[in-house]
Amino acid sequence: MDDQIKISVKSANFFYGSQQALHEVNISIRRCFVTALIGPSGCGKSTFLRALNRMNDLIPGTRLEGRVELDGQDVYSSSMDVIQLRRRVGMIFQRSNPFPMSIYENVAYGPRVNGLMKNRAELDVTVEKTLRSAALWDEVKDRLARSAMSLSGGQQQRLCIARALAVEPEVLLMDEPASALDPISTAKVEELIYELKRTYTIVIVTHNMQQAARVSDETGFFLNGRLVEFAETKKLFTAPAKRETEDYITGRFG
Amino acid sequence: MRRMVDRTFVAMTLAATLVILAMIAIILGNVVIHGRDRLSWEFLTAAPEQGMMAGGIFPAIYGTVLLVFLMSIVAVPFGVLVAIYFAEYARAESRLYRWTRMAVNNLAGVPSIVFGLFGLGFFIQTIGHGIDQVLYPGYLVYGQPSVLWAAMTMAVLTLPVVIITVEETMRAVPQEYREASLALGATRLQTILRVILPQAWSGVMTGAILAISRGAGEVAPVLFTGAAYFLPQLPTRANEQFMHLGYHIYAMSTQSPDVEATKPILYSTVFVLLVLTFLLNLTAILIRNRMRRWTTR
Amino acid sequence: MKGNSRIGAENGVGKMESAPSRHADNTAADDPATEGQTPFSRPLFPPQSAVRNRIDRLGELFISAVAFVVIAIIFLIFIYVAREAAPLAWRTIDGISIWSPLQTPYTWQPVGGVPKFNILPLIVGTLKVTLIAMLLATPLALAAALYTAEFAPPSLREWIKPAVEVLAGIPSVVIGFFVLIVLASWLQDAFGFQFRLNALSAGIGLAFAVIPLIYTVSEDALTSVPKLYREASLALGASKPQTAVRVVLPAASPGIFAALVLGFGRAIGETMIVLLASGNASMLSLSPFVPVRTLSATIASELGEVVFGGGHYRVLFLIGVVLFLITSLLNWIGARYNRRLRQRLSGAA
Repeated sequence: MDDQIKISVKSANFFYGSQQALHEVNISIRRCFVTALIGPSGCGKSTFLRALNRMNDLIPGTRLEGRVELDGQDVYSSSMDVIQLRRRVGMIFQRSNPFPMSIYENVAYGPRVNGLMKNRAELDVTVEKTLRSAALWDEVKDRLARSAMSLSGGQQQRLCIARALAVEPEVLLMDEPASALDPISTAKVEELIYELKRTYTIVIVTHNMQQAARVSDETGFFLNGRLVEFAETKKLFTAPAKRETEDYITGRFG
Repeated sequence: MRRMVDRTFVAMTLAATLVILAMIAIILGNVVIHGRDRLSWEFLTAAPEQGMMAGGIFPAIYGTVLLVFLMSIVAVPFGVLVAIYFAEYARAESRLYRWTRMAVNNLAGVPSIVFGLFGLGFFIQTIGHGIDQVLYPGYLVYGQPSVLWAAMTMAVLTLPVVIITVEETMRAVPQEYREASLALGATRLQTILRVILPQAWSGVMTGAILAISRGAGEVAPVLFTGAAYFLPQLPTRANEQFMHLGYHIYAMSTQSPDVEATKPILYSTVFVLLVLTFLLNLTAILIRNRMRRWTTR
Repeated sequence: MKGNSRIGAENGVGKMESAPSRHADNTAADDPATEGQTPFSRPLFPPQSAVRNRIDRLGELFISAVAFVVIAIIFLIFIYVAREAAPLAWRTIDGISIWSPLQTPYTWQPVGGVPKFNILPLIVGTLKVTLIAMLLATPLALAAALYTAEFAPPSLREWIKPAVEVLAGIPSVVIGFFVLIVLASWLQDAFGFQFRLNALSAGIGLAFAVIPLIYTVSEDALTSVPKLYREASLALGASKPQTAVRVVLPAASPGIFAALVLGFGRAIGETMIVLLASGNASMLSLSPFVPVRTLSATIASELGEVVFGGGHYRVLFLIGVVLFLITSLLNWIGARYNRRLRQRLSGAA
């Protein structure tokens, strides 16, 4: 097994009932890389992302064929502890969704439910550390007890990132994390992604090609539920191998 | 011409609204005006005397509160659990869910007198007699009307109220929160207890209050399951009968030997019952309105 | 690669040591496979996770079990009411059989030399009172719902709805009391009725009880009609009242029908109001000005004085079964039409 590979997906087919959303997807996501997934809306990139931590299990009538491996272990095997899988593979959603609790409680939620901390002091340390990693600490350190809803949109999204980091995941899945943010907040989130990649494997779905070009090391292009092309980001954007990819990145459709 | 027709039409609908509001005002006003006279601290704390023609209504207040208390500690937790099952575990498209949900909805519209029959047939005749046969052979202990069985009957009557209110608020909690919590490695139960329920708290409160207000006001279900016209002593055990404000009003209105003489007491009793249920309903409405403002923000 | 510097690395190791392997078998199984290759992946099953999963499963089991017991009791309601009535179906008790309610003479007179159990007077009485209530309540409640949903200024609207809900919160025994003590006398003074308590007084009382129900359900139906409909009509030059009557009302019609059906069901089963305000005498007559006795009031006033398990007792339960079935049917129809309204509007918007 290749030590550089964090997640490996082999001939994955995904179904919503009888409707097939993914066709024979094969991909290897490298450790501590940022992998971007691009493609027109409805192409299956979000479905693919949610298949990696089995979030699709929440939708009744869905089914995955093929194999998804995390560190060589079958994510969909019956012995897989889904709860534990989701702790290891964190997720950031398109719309920031902090819980209606205080800023502190939002970050502390994950460690609490996972029973990671023994006492309040330890929890305090983690909260501070993760808020610092999410580049939010300086902005919120004086109002940790305030409601998370009082933060701006960009801050809320970074809080969600901090919340995800607090359970010490290995992989971060980001589903268009900046699509609802203004340019300045987007820049901050992208900067953050750049920082985080030193420690985490990141998979990011985006409809923004510039963003993919800026933040990612490798990029996959999805179209109609198929992974059309997967290559180093620079190569994919400058010399795409497939005609569809070229059409898409030059803006001929989508 | 058209403007005239339009105006008249709007005026008529307004008139209908005012008629309804006037009816409410007349009932409430009448009870308040006539009910005030007799109202006193003594009236609230003393027992009836001289065949209901003097004294107070304390035993009826006590019995109503006891009934509602016993009812809530059964109806609220069980209702919340069923609501959790419906909102979080049951598959919305499954036949089982649709049928059971329909049964609950239907139950909310079944006449309360039928619940009285059920209480008599199920709790007293079946469960109560069953307990007596096993634990107290030859004696009548639980196989007779009592505050316990009246409360259980009332709990079944108010269950749908609790279930429907709580399920609605739980479903109103955005799916995003469930996903966020599960994506952090929380279990389903943790998600429900720590994220969903706290947000549905107002629904639990509203459901409980609506159930309590219904339980305090309904009379038909307790007619044969435990309410008594007059008891010399307050009930001290679950298998004793009890006095009930609503039943007291019914009994005094229909069975009093001298209606004119009991009228002031009757009015004041109605006043007390109205204030009680009115305050409960008002609280529920206020909580719900505030909740609506939260969720739409 | 700087993977080792990740935030939780030290924490993770520390945790492994601090959590003694109570579930060592669980952790050990996956350890060697991953540990060797990847310095940062921790075992798939840390100890607390197994416990947590077990609690989660127990929780689901407990909640489901409670739900099923409660739902079973809900289904038992019909079974237990029917069970008390059932013996009539196969034997005659105290000279009463399941056919007694249909035998002549058309009289309900359970006490007396020859008890008579014909149910017709009760059914006629129930329908008479219910019809009067519906005739009074429907125009009032619908017009008020129309006013609230379409014409009232928003500030007023916020007050009307809760105010009508207050009426819904008045216990029926209080309404019954009000009709008995106050309203019936007013009516008699005004119209000179022979009987102070009669079908009309009971019907008026009952109208108080069904107005809030009809009002709430139809107001909900009206407000659920999309703005688009109104705007389209207003843009064509129709006035507000025209729009309300020609566009909104027809669009909401299934919901309004549901409101009427549910109101009818409520009126048929309501007990305390008719018990107090109807005079409670079973006369077979079509006149609205004579006393009546309804199905529900019959149960309420007679069950307290019958012999347990006797024929009369069982006939009263039989009436309960009839009430249950009628109201269930009406509830079902009401729910169907409400669903139809939602489907119609969600398809259009």
